[in-house]
Amino acid sequence: MTPEPVQVVKQRRDTALAALVAGVPYIGFLGIRFDRRGDELTAVLPYQDMLIGNPMLPALHGGVTAAFLEVASIVELAWQIQWKDVEAGGLPLPALPKTIGITVDYLRSGLPRDAYARARVNRSGRRYASVHVEAWQDNRSRLFAQATGHFLMPDGR
Amino acid sequence: MDALDSARRFLAALPHCAALSMTLDEAGDGWAVLSMPWDARLVGDPATGVIAGGAVSVLMDTASGAAVMSHPEAAGITATLDLRIDYMRPATPGQRLRARAECHHVTRTVAFVRATTFDDGEKPVAMSTGTFTVVREMTP
Repeated sequence: MTPEPVQVVKQRRDTALAALVAGVPYIGFLGIRFDRRGDELTAVLPYQDMLIGNPMLPALHGGVTAAFLEVASIVELAWQIQWKDVEAGGLPLPALPKTIGITVDYLRSGLPRDAYARARVNRSGRRYASVHVEAWQDNRSRLFAQATGHFLMPDGR
Repeated sequence: MDALDSARRFLAALPHCAALSMTLDEAGDGWAVLSMPWDARLVGDPATGVIAGGAVSVLMDTASGAAVMSHPEAAGITATLDLRIDYMRPATPGQRLRARAECHHVTRTVAFVRATTFDDGEKPVAMSTGTFTVVREMTP
């Protein structure tokens, strides 16, 4: 059997990711998009004036930073949950985990420019998952925020 | 009330709070109540219409910051150091969310703040615990 052409694989993965992200109005409201390399996702929050909390500094709203980290975590987790189905050739119905709790550390003030985040699933069980996420702006090694959250799996009861 | 008016003016000038139609409803020494309407753009779960956790975080972070700024010993600007949020139950779609935040301890440099968010129901939707910077006027 010949391997699948690369374009077919890419298109299937991108379609699945787009379906996951497009289903959530709040992701569109903040303007968050996701870059994909293989199974690795990077959440991107393009700068907009309406994301500013304090216009005097100016700085991104702390709540927006928390929301960005939470969205990056949920999408990463949902993406990992459906990865096997996508690879098997299916287009699974997006199922989103629910946030139980999240703790955000603010390391630097969010500058008025694009922000990026990558989440790492540290533990993914039948019911619960634990996810750590880091966010940066100009320098990958200079985080402006990080968070750890616990999530209820889509079919967890 | 003079303090309430200036706090309202300050909140209205924050772009992201304006985008969420957030209002300051009440405030006193070291506490504040803020609310915002349900909005279809803020939905996090399209199957149920439940508002995204992130939008609730914005409300509680802002309410906590407003509580710090209304504290007599912590006047001036503040920034979030850390914020822990627990989501206890989904907010009922269509209902206004109201967050009450209170500084339970303030030192020379840090304010410790708790906030609770309700919809029209009796049980809280979410709670947060956070620490915020306190910047005192420098006197030479």
